Amino acid sequence: MQKSFAGQQGPKVRSDCYIEIEETNSGGIKIDLKSKVDVMYGSSIKSMLLEMCKYFKIKNANILCEDSGALPFTISARFESAIKRLHPEITDEFLLPMNKNNLYSTSKDKLRRSRLYLPGNEPKFYPNAGLHSPDGIILDLEDSVSPTEKDSAQLIVRNALRNINFYGAERMVRINQLPKGLEDLKFIIPHNVNLILIPKCESKDQVLETEEIVNEIKSKNKISNEIFFMPIIESALGVEKAFEIATASIDNCALAVGLEDYTADIGTQRTAEGTESFYARSQIIIAAKAAKIQAIDTVFSDINDMEGLRKSVLEAKQLGFEGKGCIHPRQIKVINEAFLPEINEIEKAKKIVIAFDEAKSKGLGVVSLGSKMIDAPIVKRAEKTIKLAVENNLLDKNWKSNEIS
Amino acid sequence: MKLVKNSAGRFVPTKVNKRDEIPYKGIGKFRPKGNKAKPPIRTCIDYPEDGNKLVSSLEEALKKSGLKDGMTISTHHHLRNGDVLTNQLFDTVKKMGIKNIRWFPSASFPCHQHLIQYLEDGTIHHIEGSMNGPLGKFTTDGKMKGIGVLRSHGGRYQSIQDGEVHNDIAVIAAPTADPFGNATGDQGKSACGLLGFALGDSEYADRVIVVTDNLVPFPCIPWQIQGNNVDFVVQTDSLGDSSKIVSGTTEVTKSPDRLLIAEYVAQFFEDAGILKDGFSFQAGAGGTNLAFALFLKEKMKAKNIKARFIRGGSTKYLVEMLEEGLTDYILDGQTFDLEGVRSMHENANHVNTSPFTSYNYHGKGNFASILDAVVLGATEVDLNFNANVVTHSDGYLLHGIGGWQNCLFSKCTILAIPSFRDRIPVIVDEVTTLCGPGELIDVIVTERGIAINPKRKDLIEAVKNTKLPIKTIKEIYNEVNEICGGVPAKPKVNKKKVVAVVKWVDGTILDSVFQKV
Repeated sequence: MQKSFAGQQGPKVRSDCYIEIEETNSGGIKIDLKSKVDVMYGSSIKSMLLEMCKYFKIKNANILCEDSGALPFTISARFESAIKRLHPEITDEFLLPMNKNNLYSTSKDKLRRSRLYLPGNEPKFYPNAGLHSPDGIILDLEDSVSPTEKDSAQLIVRNALRNINFYGAERMVRINQLPKGLEDLKFIIPHNVNLILIPKCESKDQVLETEEIVNEIKSKNKISNEIFFMPIIESALGVEKAFEIATASIDNCALAVGLEDYTADIGTQRTAEGTESFYARSQIIIAAKAAKIQAIDTVFSDINDMEGLRKSVLEAKQLGFEGKGCIHPRQIKVINEAFLPEINEIEKAKKIVIAFDEAKSKGLGVVSLGSKMIDAPIVKRAEKTIKLAVENNLLDKNWKSNEIS
Repeated sequence: MKLVKNSAGRFVPTKVNKRDEIPYKGIGKFRPKGNKAKPPIRTCIDYPEDGNKLVSSLEEALKKSGLKDGMTISTHHHLRNGDVLTNQLFDTVKKMGIKNIRWFPSASFPCHQHLIQYLEDGTIHHIEGSMNGPLGKFTTDGKMKGIGVLRSHGGRYQSIQDGEVHNDIAVIAAPTADPFGNATGDQGKSACGLLGFALGDSEYADRVIVVTDNLVPFPCIPWQIQGNNVDFVVQTDSLGDSSKIVSGTTEVTKSPDRLLIAEYVAQFFEDAGILKDGFSFQAGAGGTNLAFALFLKEKMKAKNIKARFIRGGSTKYLVEMLEEGLTDYILDGQTFDLEGVRSMHENANHVNTSPFTSYNYHGKGNFASILDAVVLGATEVDLNFNANVVTHSDGYLLHGIGGWQNCLFSKCTILAIPSFRDRIPVIVDEVTTLCGPGELIDVIVTERGIAINPKRKDLIEAVKNTKLPIKTIKEIYNEVNEICGGVPAKPKVNKKKVVAVVKWVDGTILDSVFQKV
């Protein structure tokens, strides 16, 4: 008899389940369900398991399901994982219906102030992550997932992309370091992912390899939505090659820095002052700006130090970063607020927008402010600043009429 | 057992434990007649002139109190999950060979699992009070000999005062007492703050036994329980496990989702205009409520607003507000942590209250209705804003009502709850057990949005142009069902066997809890 298992068990486990499957020669499907929501959802859990057995052509098996309140996307991922560990030859996928709330797309210059990391194998964090209004949510297949759970996490992440409402946050996935990360793509690309983070990126070839596979999968699955890349620079070599990485693909929308691995690579420790990473951060900002994409800062790891976080964001903003990673939802608000435009930025943006409007009304092709020429990206940035200011009550929505009167 | 449909549409028995009962008639519809109950007249000539009422043991006190089969013994829950005395009390009752006791606690805790053996062997006939955790499971499985009766703290006082419960013997665990029986909870090694939940017992029981592990010479100052009402005093080594006497729920939540709920509640206070100089509020213990108090405190400081009074359960957070001058008074019903105990001892404006003053529905008014707003929890809320606090969605009794029902009479009742817990929906189509009629519940605050009772047009109007995530309760309900995978099935119960009843604050029967099958 062959046996396999997937998922998590124990008294501290929440919103997850443990599934054991033992294939037998006869006797049909026997389900032993121990669920904390047995009264409410016991029969629907059993129905789902039976449906999946039928789908994967499992005819005789003893199934144990110890459920700690897992949602359907988790139960089906865990069960599929257990089946595929038993039958690695199975390539079919049991896909849940796509949540209609998840069919939104993104843009290259979308705001990416806060991006919240969620461990790929911890489904309990998923349903409410979007409620905290991060600009992006990263389902992580890399560092937060143990090597033995990578396969299970791929299915959890895939199901989450289809089933969980992220309330408008950009839907991101951090794949594994290449080349392993390339295997992750088939579990992600067909499910309306918005952005792929490429970790420990050290060359433009890695971006191109990713792009090639992404395009293959898109073409095969007839996917038209845009999928952007955010390479993460986490090594001395990566820093040296930052510009070639930043310009490697038209789909690059940002370059991020990861300082935990970077400091390890150069043989030092992270400090609050960040002097050890000043060169790397500056280099990455310059490379990103030269490539006309966003520069995104690393995470702030002390989740209890909100004042420290705020200072860190203000410093990052001053250096030229446009976003920062978060490892706890409570960091999102602080980061989003700290990245808000300051009064002098708003005033400058107002002048640019008014000058642009005037030039447009006069039919002029060239916009200038004082003696300075203004190009389209500057106007776009100014409009973004104004939008942010209005959204956050820093500027009245009728500011233009007030300004003119 | 005959069941009738009450005015809330719930099926309830007309007789409980052989006593005639009145089905719930609606809010403010039941007007009792008659006079209050009264304890027997006692004369001081039967008590020691030197004021020394010490007896050698609890057993002797029970014997002298005339304990016999079928009597009612009351206890109180200020020692919480550290209560050792109640378990010792029933060990003694068992040893004395007494049977069929009605246990009348103000609440029970998981530590009282010890008493299941006495429910099984007939020492205890049934519980009238909360049936928490293991006792709740025992009851819901239909194993208790009689029918459990769940009351609010105010309802408990009302039941004693109205004569609905005749209390034969009250056993009061007193962290400090003198030989005359004057007792207080605000000092001693088992200090728990207040003894307010034992007040009615001390006033109305036929016999009152004070048990203390800190006997002081007369007079015990202050006295929360008056020695003039006390028959016997027993000295013991320890009333309980002091590490568990303080509630374990007095830490601010770390859950980002609960913090979001707390933030929404505080913002609602501001946007709805509740937050104004001289306002009042109550928020119990529990991580979300404590976080709310912290968020509210910041807003009060920023706006330079001071509360006239805050109702406790006191915690260190409320104490800080009092000591920082953000409120004139804490009117305290129970004390949840050691800072609350200290403050009660040190701050004259941290005032001792009781279920009579705060909650009693058959009084000439009570404090609960004076409050501008109260923030509470619930296990379930339905589409008509009805709420449940006693059973889990699987039908099992989980915990008691506490002061929850009484607090619903505040000017703005807010339930701060997650929309679902793991895969257990909290917003449901119909509550498993009705504990609070929806007409008294004004606002539901969840991490997925805020629903305002359509009856509260004033609140809807007040917050309509704010950034608060206002939704209908149906919208939240639909969202929860979509996440959880459909409408949850209802628990299967034996509709012929009522295992417990939930009383409304006026003593009528609001709902039944049925045996789980």
